[in-house]
Amino acid sequence: MLYEHSVDALDKIKDAKLVKAVYVYEAPLRLWHWVNALAIVVLAITGWFIGSPTPTMQGEASDNFLFGYIRFAHFAAGYVLGIFWLVRIYWALVGNEHSIQIFVIPVWSKHWWSEVLWELRWYLFLERVPKKYIGHNPMAQLAMFMMFTVGMFIMLFTGFALYGEGLGEGSWADRLFGWVISLAGGNSLQVHNWHHLGMWLIVTFVIVHVYAAIREDIMSRQSMISTMISGWRMFKD
Amino acid sequence: MIETFYDVLRRQGITRRSFLKFCSLTATSLGLGSAAVPKIVNAMESKPRTPVLWLHGLECTCCSESFIRSAHPLSKDVVLSMISLDYDDTLMAAAGHQAEAIFDEIVNKYRGQYILAVEGNPPLNEDGMFCIHAGRPFVEKLREVAKDAKAIISWGSCASWGCVQAAKPNPTRATPVHKVITDKPIIKVPGCPPIAEVMTGVITYMLTFDRLPELDRQGRPKMFYGQRIHDKCYRRPHFDAGQFVEQWDDEGARKGYCLYKVGCKGPTTYNACSTTRWNEGVSFPIASGHGCIGCSEDGFWDKGSFYDRVTDIKQFGIESNADKVGGTVAAVAGAAVAAHAAVSALTRARGKQDVKDQAGGN
Repeated sequence: MLYEHSVDALDKIKDAKLVKAVYVYEAPLRLWHWVNALAIVVLAITGWFIGSPTPTMQGEASDNFLFGYIRFAHFAAGYVLGIFWLVRIYWALVGNEHSIQIFVIPVWSKHWWSEVLWELRWYLFLERVPKKYIGHNPMAQLAMFMMFTVGMFIMLFTGFALYGEGLGEGSWADRLFGWVISLAGGNSLQVHNWHHLGMWLIVTFVIVHVYAAIREDIMSRQSMISTMISGWRMFKD
Repeated sequence: MIETFYDVLRRQGITRRSFLKFCSLTATSLGLGSAAVPKIVNAMESKPRTPVLWLHGLECTCCSESFIRSAHPLSKDVVLSMISLDYDDTLMAAAGHQAEAIFDEIVNKYRGQYILAVEGNPPLNEDGMFCIHAGRPFVEKLREVAKDAKAIISWGSCASWGCVQAAKPNPTRATPVHKVITDKPIIKVPGCPPIAEVMTGVITYMLTFDRLPELDRQGRPKMFYGQRIHDKCYRRPHFDAGQFVEQWDDEGARKGYCLYKVGCKGPTTYNACSTTRWNEGVSFPIASGHGCIGCSEDGFWDKGSFYDRVTDIKQFGIESNADKVGGTVAAVAGAAVAAHAAVSALTRARGKQDVKDQAGGN
């Protein structure tokens, strides 16, 4: 199993100072990470303005297209996010063992849960010496799954359902995602609310994610940020 | 033998010329083009009238008020005769036992052939005692008459979704028709009220083609509910340009800018108002300077203010919307991160001090 595999690897490096660097994130995954990050920034900003538009533009309607451009940017970034998410899912299936980590959490493994609790103690300052992991630490994996993976599906499904309303009845987005509106009780105002709350979920994730990555980079004596650029995780002792 | 529609029209003194005009206007309103006109004419001339039973549950009669104002030529004189509206306790001349006798007669004589039109909905609490119809709970009558109906038309938001009487806390448990009658084809024609021409258009389609109109995922006729108010709104260019009414009576309001920021529900409301309009095509809410309140959408009374774009979400308490809830979560996360970072830095500094002390001690 993929999980046991990473624990084995973990045990191997537990006290070995020989292992200095491990190749963790392959190129497609890293590319996805940064494209995705950029798309989320564009989506959150334009999405905010779609909910709370900018002050009224002066002049004739024919001289302006601001809201059109904002919505265009939102939809274009949404497509990028969605297509890269499909690529990411494909890579989870064909990539290395770390690439599927954010999609599957080993809820059946007692050992994994004890590792989650250990990490929780670490973040609550109850443990003094950090553990090292090649991929995500179990708690990061849990957070990644709950907030990011689930959040991503919520945003893509609600987003394309709403987009389908604009494309119209019978459009691909309506046929694939129109059921989301029925699920929400038939009034798409509810889907707008879900989509809006999902944005805040992802903003919250980004805050915690960026903080945790920087903190771990400093305090766990292993590389975090440069790992998502080069793919290699370095261990400093 | 029941009279055909054409017989009825002629008997009522309507000329053939007017009749043909009606047929071509109907074809246009159904989006069918000129090839369909002869078909409609033929159907009207040869088909027997379909008996329609029109029941009133918990409602305000605004659907009937709208219906009788249908502005298509002839419709207010004709459609009522055309469909053989044999029972409608609000409109019919008979009353009391006479009316109920007609009711029983239709049900028995045209078993499986009549169309049941329901305005309003049945309340289910207290065995349906909140709506009594000729001495019996309305829900009983509805179940009984629906059993032998060919199809059911749910007029208005009451019959389609529940509308105001089903708004929280819904004390009488007013329930839309499709949740009570589950074994019949149901056409929902929502709106509070629905547009008159939409109502007559749906009926004309069913009579002409002898089948139900194509329905969308939620059971509404696609021809009238296939697009949002927003998609065909004449103020849409101002939306795309980013020109909004910021508050009532400001410069933007005078110039007729988009009402999105003052809570117009056009972007989430499926109806034909922006194309068909109301009262012989005179106007519709947005043209009169007020945003759409989304009256043809499910649960529109319970979806927050009519005047906010990002509306309240009741589950999180009164006066709370997605931005307030989400913004609070994000702010708490940010504060927690800052506090955590501070504690981390302190702990780490102290840790280093310990190491240094130990090193010094050794």
